[in-house]
This record gives sequence, C-alpha cells and structure tokens, in this order.
Amino acid sequence: MNLDAKIPSGPLERKWDRHRLEMKLVNPANKRKFDVIVVGSGLAGASAAASLAELGYNVKCFCFQDSPRRAHSIAAQGGINAAKNYQNDGDSAYRLFYDTIKGGDFRAREANVYRLAQLSVNIIDQCVAQGVPFAREYGGLLANRSFGGAQVSRTFYARGQTGQQLLLGAYQALCRQIGLGKVQMFARTEMLDVVLVEGQAKGIVVRDLVTGQISSHAGDAVVLATGGYSNVFYLSTNARGCNVTAIYRAHKKGAAFANPCYTQIHPTCIPVSGEHQSKLTLMSESLRNDGRVWVQKQKGDTRPPQQIPEPERDYYLERKYPSYGNLAPRDIASRAAKEVCDEGRGVGRGGLGVYLDFSDAISRLGVATIKERYGNLFDMYQTITGENAYQTPMRIYPALHYTMGGLWVDYNLMSNLPGLFVLGEANFSDHGANRLGASALMQGLADGYFILPYTIGHYFASSKPLKPSVSHPEFRKAEEEVKARTQRMLSIRGKRTVSSFHRELGKLMWDKCGMARNEAGLKEALQRIPALREEYWENVNVTGENQELNQALEQAGRVADYMEFAELMCYDALMRRESCGGHFRTEFQTEDGEALRDDAHCSFVAAWEYHGVDKRPTLHKEPLAYEEVKMTQRSYK
Amino acid sequence: MTLTLKVWRQSNAHATGRFVEYQANDVIPDMSFLEMLDVVNEDLTDRGEDPIAFDSDCREGICGMCSLMINGVAHGGQRGTATCQLHMRHFKDGDTIAIEPWRARAFPVIKDLVVDRIAFDRIIEAGGFVSVSTGGTPDGNAIPIPKDDQELAMDAASCIGCGACVAACKNASAMLFVSAKISHLGLLPQGKVEKNRRVLSMVKSMDEAGFGGCTVTGSCEAVCPKEISLDFIAQMNRDYLKALLERE
Repeated sequence: MNLDAKIPSGPLERKWDRHRLEMKLVNPANKRKFDVIVVGSGLAGASAAASLAELGYNVKCFCFQDSPRRAHSIAAQGGINAAKNYQNDGDSAYRLFYDTIKGGDFRAREANVYRLAQLSVNIIDQCVAQGVPFAREYGGLLANRSFGGAQVSRTFYARGQTGQQLLLGAYQALCRQIGLGKVQMFARTEMLDVVLVEGQAKGIVVRDLVTGQISSHAGDAVVLATGGYSNVFYLSTNARGCNVTAIYRAHKKGAAFANPCYTQIHPTCIPVSGEHQSKLTLMSESLRNDGRVWVQKQKGDTRPPQQIPEPERDYYLERKYPSYGNLAPRDIASRAAKEVCDEGRGVGRGGLGVYLDFSDAISRLGVATIKERYGNLFDMYQTITGENAYQTPMRIYPALHYTMGGLWVDYNLMSNLPGLFVLGEANFSDHGANRLGASALMQGLADGYFILPYTIGHYFASSKPLKPSVSHPEFRKAEEEVKARTQRMLSIRGKRTVSSFHRELGKLMWDKCGMARNEAGLKEALQRIPALREEYWENVNVTGENQELNQALEQAGRVADYMEFAELMCYDALMRRESCGGHFRTEFQTEDGEALRDDAHCSFVAAWEYHGVDKRPTLHKEPLAYEEVKMTQRSYK
Repeated sequence: MTLTLKVWRQSNAHATGRFVEYQANDVIPDMSFLEMLDVVNEDLTDRGEDPIAFDSDCREGICGMCSLMINGVAHGGQRGTATCQLHMRHFKDGDTIAIEPWRARAFPVIKDLVVDRIAFDRIIEAGGFVSVSTGGTPDGNAIPIPKDDQELAMDAASCIGCGACVAACKNASAMLFVSAKISHLGLLPQGKVEKNRRVLSMVKSMDEAGFGGCTVTGSCEAVCPKEISLDFIAQMNRDYLKALLERE
C-alpha cells in the first residue's frame, strides 16, 4: 500500500503557497467536462459542492436526510477558531497551529495543521460575506471568546448555534448552485458502495430511501464528506443517522482507515436516564467555569445531594488536580468521572453520573449572574431532565462526541485510492489524537471551501482519469452486491430488533474500547464482536420490504457496518501501546494517572488495510516527522 | 405510565391513510416523545408488524428534521420546543394521544408521519442566499454591523426549517419560514444588495409550491420551536411591496 503523504518541501509556512503554485490547473472552459460526486452535505460536503460548482464543475450531491440543511454540523454549539488576532492578544497562524498540534497530543501532520491555521482567517471572511450573523461588539466589529482552555480569544460564534449558522451559510451557497443547475441534489439518498474501475474511484451505488431503488452514479472523482463514527457506541452526542457506512464501504474497497481508535469524549453531557435512551445531549463545557464537580464519599449513599454534608462530599477533581481543579482537560475530567462511578459512587438513576454543583457560585455571584451566563443551558437541562439546576446540582456524565480517526488522506485530501477524496470528520488528517474545541467547524470548511477546489483540479489536470459510464460492468457488479446484501438482511426475520444489537455492541465498545482501554479488555472485545456479528446475521429482525421507505432497513445496514468496524477500532487500540489524546490505555499512565505517550515507538499514523470479514487487517505506518515542533508532555497538575 | 396512541398510518403517498390505535406501556417521564415512539416500534417489530415511520435526526432540537402533530398541535404544544425535545413528563397516565403528520398540500405524506418538505429547499434555491462565490471576500471586519441589526438577523436566522409554521396554519402558509430568511439576509449589509430580487423570487417560489396566504392569525409563531416572531412577516410584506414598486 502506497502511503505517500505528498507533503510539499520547503519551510512550513510556505508549503501551501508553494503547492498552490505547483499544482496544475484545469482550463476554465474544460471544467464543465468533469463530473464530481459529493457524498454528505454538512460543512465539508456543502462547502465543497458549492465551491466546485462555482468553479464550473458538474456536481452531484447526496445526503440521507430530507434536506442538505439537516447535516449534523448543525448541532455544533461553541464556535469556530480563526487566527485573526482581532483581539490584539498575541494570536497568529503559528500559535493556532501549535495549539492544535499540541492539543492533538503530537499525533497529527505538521503540514496539514499549519495549512488549516493559515486558512482559518479566510473562512471567517467567507462566512461573513455569506451573511452568517456572527456575534458582534457595539462598535459593529466581530466579537471573540476564549474557548476550550485557549489562552487567546480566537473563537467566533453565533450565540450557541455556530454550527447551525455556518451550515446554513454553506447550504445557501449550495442552494444557489442547485438553482443555477450546476449541482444536482439527491436528498433521502444513501450511498451504499463506492465503485472502482481499474483501481480508480469512479462512482457510487445509492439507495433511494423513499422508493428503495438501487442505482449508480458515475463521476470523474468521488468526494466523501460523511462525518464521524461515534454512533458505533450506540449512545453518543451524534445525530441518530450519523454512520460509518460510506467510509467503511470505501475501506472495504481498499481505502486505508487511519487511527480508528482516536475518539473524543465530552465530559459534560446529560446522563442516561434509562434503556430507552436514544442519544446523549451535550452541554457546553463552559459550565465547568463555575460549577464544582463532586460525588459522595460513601458508596451506595442515596440521600439527595442537599442532605449530604460538606465533609461527606468528594470534590475529586479539585482533590486530584489542585491547580486546574474543575477545569481539568476533557479526557482527564471524563476518566475521573468514570472512575468514581466504577467505584460505585455515581449519582442518579443507574449510578452513571456525577454532580456539577452551582450552589457556591450562586451564593458568591447571585442567581442573576449565573442566569446571565448559563441561562440557556440551565433551561435545556430542565427541558430534558425536569430538574431545576439553580436549586439542585446538575448531573453530568461523559459521552462520545467526535472521532478524530477516519480514512487516510494525503496532503491533497485524496485517499490511497486515486479519485477518492475525503473531507471533514470523515478523514483523519488534522486533529491527531484529540481535537481542540472549536476546530471541527474550521476543518470542515477549510477542506471544502479552500483545499479541495484546488487539489481536485490538480488531480484532473495531472492524471488522465478514466471516464467510464454506469453501464461499465463494475457498476453492475457493485449494484448486484448491494441488492444481495439488502435482500439478505430482509430475509433473516429473526427474533431481535436492530436496535437491540446496536445497544449491545455499543455497550461492549463503551466498556472495552471507550475512554479507558487495556489489553485484556480489547482482546475480550475482539472475541465477542465476531460472535455478536454472527448472531446479527442469523437473528436480526428487519421488517418490511426494500421497495418502500424502510427505516429499519436503513438502520440495519448501518449497524451491520458497525459490527465489522468495531473490530477494526479494537485492533487499532490494541496495537497502539501508549496513551495519547483520546486514546487512554490503562497500562500506559504516569503515577498520577496522566496519559503516557511513547514518542520513540508510536509516533506514526496507523493506516489499516482491509482483507475481508473475519480476517486480520494489515497495519501500515506513516511516520510523523516533526520538523518544526518539539514534542512535549503536558501537565495539568 | 400507560398511554393510548392514535397514530396516522399511511403506507405510501398514494395510499389512503387511517388512524390505528396502539398501547404504549411502561412509559417513563424522562423519555422524550420520540423515545416513547422508539419503544412502541420495538414492540411492533417484535410482533412482526411494520414500525411507525417518522423523521428525526439530531434529537436535540436544532436540525429541524422531526415533526408530528400531537393532539392537533405542531410539536406538541410546549412553547419553544421541537418534538424531539418534548418529554413524557408533560403527559399523564391513561392519556390518549393523537399523532399525525404535517398536513399541507405542499408537504405530501411519504409514509405514516413522514412528509416531503422539499418545497422549502426550492424556496431557498430561488433566492435565499447572498450571491457570493468562494474566495475574494473582504475582511470580516471590513463592514461594521450594528449589534442590534446583527442580533435581530440572528433571531430570524435561528429558524430550523421544520415546517411547523405551515402545519399550524389554517392556510398552510409558509410566510413565517420565508420571512425569517428574507429578514435574516435583508438586515445585514451583505444581503441588502440583492434584497428586492430575493424577496420577489422567494415569494414567487413559495406561491408556486402551493403554500397559502397569510391572514395573520399568529398560529405559526405560537408553535415555532425557535419562537420566530410574526414581526418578520410584516417586514417581508413591506420588503415585497417596496420591491414591486421599485421594479416598476
């Protein structure tokens, strides 16, 4: 497998400029001769589809939702980073680059991350021009806040709805191109396979979710912008429909999957209330600025929180990390919560929760101040739990939030399969082992607005891509495979629902490959996943038919892919004998419980090659060469 | 809690629909309305029956994919709440709940509770954007925008495009949705440039899609999960009239 990252030579800050100069161009009159397939309509997909169409390419864009505006980018609350230095507080592209590399625990590519930081400033300009109503100061200029522990204020935001507003900006740009006839939009259409012709990605097979019709679309390049795979855990903050299917099917066709074990946990989510739970809701981490985290010291203490006297409370974050206290980083705060719950000191129904208590802040600052700062979050908490957090402590618990791993791509965002480009959360490139707050939106838009439009042209101009039509035998073959698989799922008519399997898989992954992992647990998971998968294919009950809107069938296909993909995650987590970022191996920690990286042996991207169900994937390593930055160990004591 | 559900079942766009009664057992107050339906669907699947089709995605009230008329009220009647954020603690043991799809000529039923809202996309395609392409845009701070204008634009921009306004309106009017987009963009200097063109094209597209006119009853505002104000409709009417006159 060829994993040449194609990173341009020269000094870090000049690589992208130089690369832009060196890349070949497609003549403006010839662009209309190229067809591009874009799968996904979130920030990355919509911005790419719109920008490519503006340049003159013919674009087909696909999403499984009823409208491109629903994509899960819409749920991002916090904001988007950009190194504008509007606040005159010492920010620069270099500082944003360094913070992102460090935040990723030195497991991302320097060149990609630097480019991301450089492009961040263009994103803000672009979005403002589109009419994104970013927060402003009274003077009319853009407002910023500091976010996720950053020491500069570089985060731009639109109330708590930044993702929504950025997505609407990209969606509107996309709609403009649909109206102009340059983009053909296919909503309620799910990609079920990628088609290779002589090793090049030349099209996709899709299912129309309303009629069940399975058909093919051919193009000169295929762009996957299909998001992350947090839903392998069943419960996560992702939307219900988020899935690994598109990128996993591409993986099965030969695309390398990089760092699948890098998953991010968010420490402040609303805890699970029962078996029926369908998703978890995130609350902004800013709550930890004024809330104090605690549990009771005594195991099995079921008194209401107000009746537990001060000496019987354990403010465990303040105790273990005196200098950072309740503001300890996401992964540390998350693991500490799991530890106390594993000890049997968790609070609320099911014992999976810890208190986030505002009573001190309220007596110090008054209810009005707390309301002003967090009113909307307290309201949201009350909507979901029915509890008033001004009077009783909130209950919080960590949840899966974002996945840094994804398909391997080179500097041009092309996978190892020629013609297959991967953008946004679906690729692995920029966040290393952990993502910094307010960086997901930045990456999705940088990829779609400002990187792909250049690099895809270079691909078209420098290679002679094949131009097969959908009548090519490879398309027929892929369609037959998809139809056979669909029929197979519908013919089982077993005794268990799709959700019951998904829940079981999710729980197994959360326990064994969640926020803390170890060799024994991962090996156990690798035993149990194939058995569960086998049962799935014998005993799942998918009702209805193919030729109709069939939500059980849609879900069944996605869960079937998770059943295979989960194994890949465990292989990766088992192989990576170190702790870094979102990947914590209990065997590799310092005496204080801090992640212990092994830069000497583990400083590489793990790219996995598929060989078949029940066959061990092959590991390929892309070494991470750090020319600019010196790796350091973090300390939050 | 045990609840009786009367659910609209319709196997496809052309079939005749009808209400079918189901029991929802062991409903707990912490469940969301859609989680309650998930549980009912699990039971139906176990019995070999076709589960109830309904749309949802983010389940945190922002994507706009969920819908449902619950006891005749779009999104179930908790102010500023989408169906996915409606919780069962607002119902009582023994309640009977009628669940229907959005009903409007422009939103045809696809199956059960799922409707086709593509008409909303078409309206945005007609003009709900600022005509700028990627690149070559001025610095984000080049044009100062008064904070009040930005805040008001943001109020309008919070629309999630769910279609509750249409479902609640006796005329199936889409004017709250359309006016929210027109006001969002029209209030900002970047969007003002093509204000007249935008309002004329979007209103035309809205009419062509078969949405009705507005008689200002305010039922849309009452059910809007983002509490979009009726004032935007007044704004749109002014913009429309002005655009017509200026075009002459």
